[in-house]
Order: sequence, then C-alpha cells, then structure tokens
Amino acid sequence: MSGNTEKGQFDNKVVSWVDERLPIFTMLSKEYGVFPTPKNFNYFWNFGAIAMAMLSIMILTGIFLAMNYTAHADEAFNSVERITRDVNYGWLLRYLHMNGASFFFIAVYIHIGRGLFYGSYKGPRELLWIFGVLIFLLMMGTAFMGYTLPWSQMSGWGATVITNLFSAIPIVGDSIHTLLIGGFTVDNPTLNRFFALHYLLPFVIVAVVFLHVWALHVTGSNNPLGIEPKSKKDTLPFHPYYTSKDVFGLSVFLLFYLWVVFFHPLALSHADHFKPFDSMVTPEHIVPEWYFLPFYAILKSFTADLVIPFTGIILVEAKLLGVLAMFGSIGLLFVLPWLDSSPVRSATFRPIYKICLFLLLISMLVLGYTGSQPAEGWVVVAAQITTAYYFIHFLVILPLLGKIERTKPLPKSINESVLAKKEGK
Amino acid sequence: MMKIRKLFSVFIVLAFLSPVASHAAKSTEELPNIPWGFQKVFSTYDRPALQRGFQVYKEVCAGCHGLDKVAYRNLSGLGYNPDEIKAIAAEYTVIDGPNDEGEMFERAAVPADRFVSPFPNDNAARASNGGALPPDLSLIIKARTNGPNYLFGLLTGYAEEAPAGEELLDGQYWNKYFPGHKISMAPPLSDGLITYSDGTEATVEMATRDVVEFLAWASEPTMEARKQMGVKVLLFLFFLSVLLYIVKRRVWRDVH
Ligand code: HEC
Ligand code: HEM
Repeated sequence: MSGNTEKGQFDNKVVSWVDERLPIFTMLSKEYGVFPTPKNFNYFWNFGAIAMAMLSIMILTGIFLAMNYTAHADEAFNSVERITRDVNYGWLLRYLHMNGASFFFIAVYIHIGRGLFYGSYKGPRELLWIFGVLIFLLMMGTAFMGYTLPWSQMSGWGATVITNLFSAIPIVGDSIHTLLIGGFTVDNPTLNRFFALHYLLPFVIVAVVFLHVWALHVTGSNNPLGIEPKSKKDTLPFHPYYTSKDVFGLSVFLLFYLWVVFFHPLALSHADHFKPFDSMVTPEHIVPEWYFLPFYAILKSFTADLVIPFTGIILVEAKLLGVLAMFGSIGLLFVLPWLDSSPVRSATFRPIYKICLFLLLISMLVLGYTGSQPAEGWVVVAAQITTAYYFIHFLVILPLLGKIERTKPLPKSINESVLAKKEGK
Repeated sequence: MMKIRKLFSVFIVLAFLSPVASHAAKSTEELPNIPWGFQKVFSTYDRPALQRGFQVYKEVCAGCHGLDKVAYRNLSGLGYNPDEIKAIAAEYTVIDGPNDEGEMFERAAVPADRFVSPFPNDNAARASNGGALPPDLSLIIKARTNGPNYLFGLLTGYAEEAPAGEELLDGQYWNKYFPGHKISMAPPLSDGLITYSDGTEATVEMATRDVVEFLAWASEPTMEARKQMGVKVLLFLFFLSVLLYIVKRRVWRDVH
C-alpha cells in the first residue's frame, strides 16, 4: 500500500471506508510509508525510534507497576518489595522499569549528541529541537520523581537534596519548596504528589513527542552531510528502507538493555536504595542516578559566593549560583540554534567545531565522574574547569567560531556524495 | 560494519562508566574477594548450601535479626517439600485475631506467614541489644555495597581486642570491616557452634559462606527464574537481530 498518497485508494474495503471518513490511513501512508527520507543516514539516526520504543516500554511497565504499588510513606518500600517477590513477573516489571529509565536516557543522550554533531538544531529545525529539549527536561523531572517512589534512603534523601535547591531562590524560594514537598520536610505528602506527577508527566511527554515528530515531518530529517535533499535521487521512501533499519537497530539496542535487565539488573543502582527511608539517618554519600551526574556536578562546582570586590557584600550565594548554573546549562540548549553562528550544519565539514564538540563530550564525562564523588580536593577543581568549558563552549565558542572557521567544501548533493563513496570503496 | 562497531563502543562507554564511578569503595579495609557461585552469569543457588545457611540463620542469627520479607512458603526455593515447610512454620507462634469474641490469640505459624521476628518492635530489639538495633536481614545483601563479600568480611573480621589507643564501650567489639569498626554485635559464630544435619563440618568460614548464600537468596528469591528467562529471551533476540539484519541488507541491496 506504500505507493498511495491520494485519498481513498486502498484495496481493502474496510480501510477505504474508514479512510474516506477519517483519512488516517492516508496520513500513515504519507508520514510513514512514502515519507521521503535522506538516503545517507548512519546508525545514529536510529535513536529517535529507539527513544520512542523506550518511552512505550516505560509507560507499559509503569502502568502495571502502579497496579501493585502503594503510595504511602509507611507502605511504599514494602509494596515495591512485594512486587518483586510475590507479584507474578513483578521482578521483571520492576527491573524493566528501573533499567528502562537508564536506557531511555542512553538513547536520548545519543540522540541529542547526534543532533549536536550534525547540526540538526539549525534552521529550519529550531522548533523541532526546542520540543526535543523540552522532552529532555520532562524526562528528567519524571525520572527524578520516579526514583522517590520506592521510598528508600536514596529516594528520600535525593528528594530532600533536590527540592532544597529551590529554597535558594530569593523571596519565593521557601514557598516553592513547601509547595513542592507538601510541607516542611519530605514526607507522605511529598510521596503522594510525586506519584501523581510521575504518572502524569509521561503522557505529557507523549504529547510533546507528537509535536516533535509533527515538526520533523514538516521540515524533513537532517542527515550526516547536513545539506538539504535536492531531488528524488537524494531520498528513499521511509518504508521499507528505514522501517527495516529502525527495527534492526531497535532489536540490537534491546539486546543490550535486556542483557542488563536479566543478568545485571542492579549494576546501575546503589546499596542505599535498598534501605527504607529514615529521615533521622543521613546516608554517608547522597548521589543521584547516573544520568543526572553531570548536571549535579555543575551544581556542586560553585563553591564561593559572588561578592562585590573589597566590600564583602554578597550578591549571589554560592548555592543559588549552582542552581542557576545547573538549570542554565539545560536552558542554553533551548537557545542553541541562535548561539551557533555557522551556516554549515554537519561537523564533518567543520574541523574546529569537531574538536570543540569532542572536548564537550570529555567535559560531560569528567563532570559525570566528579558528580559521583564527594566534593573535595582535585574533584572540585576538575568539575570547575569542565563546567567552565561547558559554558564557554556554548556562549563563546559557538557564536564566534562560525565567523572564523574555514569549513570544508560541501558536496553538491546527497546522491553525489553517496555515489562518490561507493566508487571510493 | 565499522559504523556499527563505533556505535557499540560509544554505548558501552556510556553504560558502564557510571556504575564504576558511583560504586567506588568507601571502606578503608580491602574486602575479601570470594568467587560466589550465585554471582556468576548463568549460575543458580547451591541447594545444600542454602539449607545449611538457613540452619545457621535459624539457630543463630534469628535470635536477634528478623527476615520479615520472606514467607515460610518461600522455603520451597531451598528444596524443602510442603510437609517440611509446614513443620518448620509450626515451630513459631504468631499473634492473630481478633476472633469472634474480639480477642487477639496466638496460633502456630502456617506456610503463608512471613518469618516471625524475634522482637515485637524496634525498641524491644534495642533494649535487648544494649541500645543497638539488629537490622532485618531480608535485604541486607543488596543494602550493602558488595554485599556478599562485605557480609563475609563482617562475620569473619572480628579482632580479639581493639588496637592500642582505641576504647571499646561495654558490649562493643572490634571489627575490621564494620564502618567505624566498633560494632555492638558479639561475634555470632564460632567453630562447631552448629551441628549441620548433612554432616558438613561447621567451621566459622563454612557457616559464614552458607549463611551469606542463604541471605543472598532471601534478598532475591527470584534470581533463578530471572536468569532462566534471560537466556531464552536473549537467544531469541539474538537470532531475531540476525534475521532483521539480513532483511535490512536485502531491502537496501539496490541502494548500496
Ligand atoms: C545477640 C544478637 C545477635 C545475633 C545472634 C546476631 N546479630 Fe547481627 N547484629 C546484632 C546487633 C545488635 C547489630 C547492630 C550492630 C551495630 O549497629 O553496632 C547487628 C548487626 C548486624 C549486621 C549489620 C552490620 C552493618 O553493616 O550495619 C549484619 C549484616 C548482621 N548483624 C548479621 C548477622 C548474622 C548473619 C548473624 C548470624 C550468623 C547475626 N548477625 C547474629 C545482633 C546480633
Ligand atoms: C522522549 C524522547 C524523544 C523521542 C521519543 C524522540 C523521537 C524522535 C524521532 C522518532 C525522531 C525521528 C528519527 C530520528 O531522526 O532519529 C526524532 C528526531 C529528532 N529529535 Fe527527537 N526524540 C526524543 C528526544 C529528543 C531530544 C531530547 C532532543 C534534543 C534535545 C531531540 C532532538 C531531535 C532532533 C533535532 C530531531 C531531528 C533530527 C534529524 O533529523 O536530524 N529529540 N526524535
């Protein structure tokens, strides 16, 4: 059926009947059948579909977990244990959901990295990119609240530390803090509102993913060369070419994911996540889940207040600086399309940008490591240097680099480049 | 092929860098490193060791530590049959009720009951242990970094007396691996303390290994089901991936 774009040309009578009244099959065929897609994608283009699959897995396993979960401070920890011990395949549900969040973030980090490398955020895809960053933010909120639900030591103390950040905001901070946790300390009301929101936000994500994909289908996909397709020779219909490639990629991704689920389900978790929450006993070392570590490190790298020199008047406290920097580091991504001044999208043709981006990757890895360590000694210095690079990369390098960089010549068309590569082989 | 390989390496770096980072050891003392059978990728629990370990728990640890997330019926996982489980449960009494007269009453435990805790509440447990709380052991293996080795170290790592310059309070003991070293649990095991019903010699090391195996089971009785299903799922997915790759190659034949 993939050749149809006109309305009502379906062999099956039922399909035709429905389509004349609601052209959903026409839409599917247009957007997922013949949708013209650049023919030169590499495997980095698989991760959007993979992220979509992970989102579905999270929602499905989450709903079944919620059927057996009790959102009460006295019961939550035990109810999660009961799920893994007594509910049929409950252990599977929990491990799928727990590790699913990690693999969802792995997919999305690679997906974002792909966008950074190939300049997918540049015009005309700015709005598409902004929806993506919004999804990322929503995912972080969802994952953070989900992590509190088992009501373990890490849950409760993680929630305490992160919600406390909001009290650093001048004037309204304390009110926001109270509103967030439903009282003055993290307790049953906190758990209840986090559960309600953890159930809600994924469906908000679904809505934004819909907008994200809608915007994608208006502008069409970017590609590794970063040049727009010019003729039919440059593209392929989405089906069967990219359906077959996406399904294969997904299958390989699931292989990694399920390997961890079945054979190392606790590799990414922490011992303090298996002790029930006790507000009187602070764990020795409170660390968030790995996917938050780089941002946590940015938060912690601000160790001194901002003062007016020689007067001792504090302008901004260190804690607030850290909070602003942490949210700012993600906020920057929203305006990235306007920070990068280069007209060339793909890093393949931008030798200096490529190096800067590599440094950014290294910075993120260093930040991730330092975020997991107690803030003392060289760890603080390393976090400060890499935090500085993060902001310099986006605020200084990207606006200037486009003006001075000698980019390599762009190929005339996608097709030409593909053919040249083939001959080179 | 190159691309796939590149992709995989990115992946592995991302996935495995972080746990290494966050699990960095915190104890000053190097933990023993025992090759536990149940930690191997495809392995199961060792049934005889589980039963011996249960005996250690029941005869020694259960005097102070509860195991409240495990039910007597779960003991089928150790290889006991329903009659044996009924008999084990019946050794304990639980408080049930109220009955038709509105009275609480005592009855023998049944397989559906959870393990009966030695103390009615935490305060009672503290009162009997010089103020220290013996934690419930249901999740102890997961609730300690490198749980099995930590537990092995803890139970075998007692010193005769504290090093010079360190004061122990009454009821405290010096332990190499306990954080802060001063633990309020007397060394619970000694050679020959237990007479194993299968005739194995109950040295401290043997009893410790067995009780760790048992507590590992208690923290995750579903491990064997998980691994069995995992083998099937991954084999299936592997062959599916190969097939999907062949399909993809054929679809793309005319483009490449
Ligand atoms: C006489 C009572 C008693 C017996 C018997 C006993 N324990 Fe304990 N145990 C305690 C007390 C009290 C603590 C708390 C110690 C502290 O916090 O200083 C404790 C603590 C522990 C801890 C926690 C250490 C930590 O890292 O916090 C473990 C594990 C443990 N016991 C295992 C066992 C095992 C296994 C056995 C059986 C072989 C056993 N215990 C027998 C009283 C006992
Ligand atoms: C729930 C998470 C997400 C889902 C399900 C999702 C889904 C998708 C899908 C299916 C595509 C098309 C296939 C592809 O190009 O890979 C896509 C494209 C895209 N996504 Fe996402 N996405 C998610 C998160 C994000 C985030 C967090 C960002 C960036 C911050 C982002 C940026 C983009 C961009 C720029 C494109 C167009 C890419 C191009 O064609 O080069 N996405 N997304």
